[in-house]
Amino acid sequence: MKRSKFLLSILLVACLFMAISLPAHAAKVIKIGVIGPMKFVQGKGHWNGATMAAEEINAKGGLWVGKKKMKIELVKADSNEFLSMTDATNAMELLLTRHKVDFIVGGFRTEAVLAMQDMAMDHKKIFIGVGAASDEICTRVAKDYDTYKYWFRGSPFNSTYLGKTSFIHLGTVAAILKMSLNIPTIKVAVVAEKAMWTEGMIKACQVYLPKMGMEVVGIWRPSAVATDVTAELSAIQRSEAHIVFTIFSSSVGITFARQAGELKIPAAMVGINVEAQKDGFYEATERMGDYVMTMNTYARGVEVNELTTRFVNTYIERFGETPTYTADTYTAIIYSLGPTIEEAGTLDADKIVTILENREYAVPSGKIGYMKDAQGRHLHDVKWGPGYLTSLGVQWQDGKLVAVWPNRWKAAKGLPEITYKGVVPYKIAPWIIEKYKK
Amino acid sequence: MILDIITSGLINGSVYALLAIGFSLIFGAARIVNLAHTAFYMVASYCIYYATHKMGIHPVLAMLVAIILATLIGLVCYKLFIDPIREHEAAVLIATIAMAMAMQEVMLLIFTGDFLSVPALVKGYLKIIGVKIAYQQLLTICVALLILAGVWAVLMKTRLGLAVRATAQDREVANLMGMNESRVAMITMGVSVGLAAFAGAVVVPLAVVNPHMWMHPLIFMLAVVVLGGLGSLKGSFVGAYILGFAESLVVFLLPMGAFLKGSVALSIMILVLLIRPEGLFGVAFEEER
Repeated sequence: MKRSKFLLSILLVACLFMAISLPAHAAKVIKIGVIGPMKFVQGKGHWNGATMAAEEINAKGGLWVGKKKMKIELVKADSNEFLSMTDATNAMELLLTRHKVDFIVGGFRTEAVLAMQDMAMDHKKIFIGVGAASDEICTRVAKDYDTYKYWFRGSPFNSTYLGKTSFIHLGTVAAILKMSLNIPTIKVAVVAEKAMWTEGMIKACQVYLPKMGMEVVGIWRPSAVATDVTAELSAIQRSEAHIVFTIFSSSVGITFARQAGELKIPAAMVGINVEAQKDGFYEATERMGDYVMTMNTYARGVEVNELTTRFVNTYIERFGETPTYTADTYTAIIYSLGPTIEEAGTLDADKIVTILENREYAVPSGKIGYMKDAQGRHLHDVKWGPGYLTSLGVQWQDGKLVAVWPNRWKAAKGLPEITYKGVVPYKIAPWIIEKYKK
Repeated sequence: MILDIITSGLINGSVYALLAIGFSLIFGAARIVNLAHTAFYMVASYCIYYATHKMGIHPVLAMLVAIILATLIGLVCYKLFIDPIREHEAAVLIATIAMAMAMQEVMLLIFTGDFLSVPALVKGYLKIIGVKIAYQQLLTICVALLILAGVWAVLMKTRLGLAVRATAQDREVANLMGMNESRVAMITMGVSVGLAAFAGAVVVPLAVVNPHMWMHPLIFMLAVVVLGGLGSLKGSFVGAYILGFAESLVVFLLPMGAFLKGSVALSIMILVLLIRPEGLFGVAFEEER
């Protein structure tokens, strides 16, 4: 009797052990870890995008992996990376060791993503970054391919191109101001939050803006979470800047826009303001956010290619808001991972890397292709430019976020003009017109 | 530029003074270092947001409701978490910071980490010699001065104020003289939290409402009260304006280093403490005691 009880116990323990250690693919499920600051808008975007992708794939019965059809199972991991780097690494550790995910998508803050990237690479898991823009994350791939080849950037394009696109937006607005208000030399005030990712852009401003025929009248660096920027605004007004070039990813973007709108500062705001990309921006600024222009990935009614409208409309219908770039976890799963897994016929990371790094494919925000560095080494960074990813320039007009760029944009001499369907003309704030119109 | 610096310094200083006065009051009267002080300011801000945006209540009424609600929450917290351990200062420190973090997590769960805002009571701006000042900022300065005057009047002209001052000077003797020291501490806590909520009500239309909005003001408020002398209302007021003007000077004279305004202000605090460890008005307070 005792012996049979002992054997039964052993059997139960063995079953339990098998159940918890069974690989995901043996269970006919592909486990994808979605990591991000889930209590914040960025993390919500990560999760919403991934949810939409998983639902679409599972509705079709899953993905073909060899001869088996496997469904997607998402695992949510709250990185809390705005507040704690330790929480971010713990969340990644849980995904890798407890949940034993096959792939990871998400991440937002560069500082956190760098740490999480190392952990995913140690476990040889493919990690598609959707949020962090620092070039450094991808140059690691070129420098140590064998270790970092499992990393791919999904969205947005890197800081260098973010800067380049912002300068194009700045040049566009400067040209409009010059032409409409007869301003001979445009003066620019650069306002960048104190954060690692803005450093390169500030240096670029100092170098390139004078070359673009503009005068930099000052550079202000408020805290990323500053709750009062009236001192900065007074100083900017004193500098007689025509344009404020903003580089914000945090709450200071709301504070700045709201107080500038309240005080009717006669300078056009253009650049990057992540908070201004969200539907809730206008209310968050107490309706003071009109005329703010920022770079964005999606906008209602704007069609970059044949995939855009369907994605944007379905997302709005499902979640009640316009997707931001962290919702590109949808793209990472549906367009990056899905077809690559089916082509590889396996979940083996090395085989998938080889196929994915050589693919070029359309996504709702353009087309993804992966860059190589000057020495021909893989970067696993996304290509920028006409035909690939360009992003949009969006402006708040009468409480609505509309796309104003690209509008007859020529990337280089000899290339055709680009205008995405649904783009409308840029508007100058009336108090700027009032001040400068002669 | 001088006018810009003066205006901006006055605004910054008034906001810090509003927060620091309540903190100083409860420390001076009951020796409670309430690190959750600015968390009540955050709670009041969320209450105002909820009342105005979700319930459609007029902002002024919403502010009154928020002040009452935050004060009640403060009193409950005091009775449950502070009063039983009041004699152990280190335990109070830990308990109040834990309370603040708990409040932050509750707000994060209810409202998520989205950045929210509250409408200004008075919209528009005033232009003085080319400097634009929002009416809401002028209101903040006026309210800060009014509150200080009100607190001074209560402390100096009422029986409650007498009891608070007596308790602050010597708790045991105040007890022997028939004052219920525990009740005085509780009332002072109520007034202190009420002031924090009031500060929240006035400041929040200038700020962005989020679950972490209590952290930055807490550091500055501590700097202000330490600079002014712990428990000294006058010190808090003067300290607040010193740090406010220091911040403005940094922004105007060192634009690239605007993010250093906090560090510079805190450095001034350290410098003052090196020369005068008890703070600007600390000695007078201790002598009174």
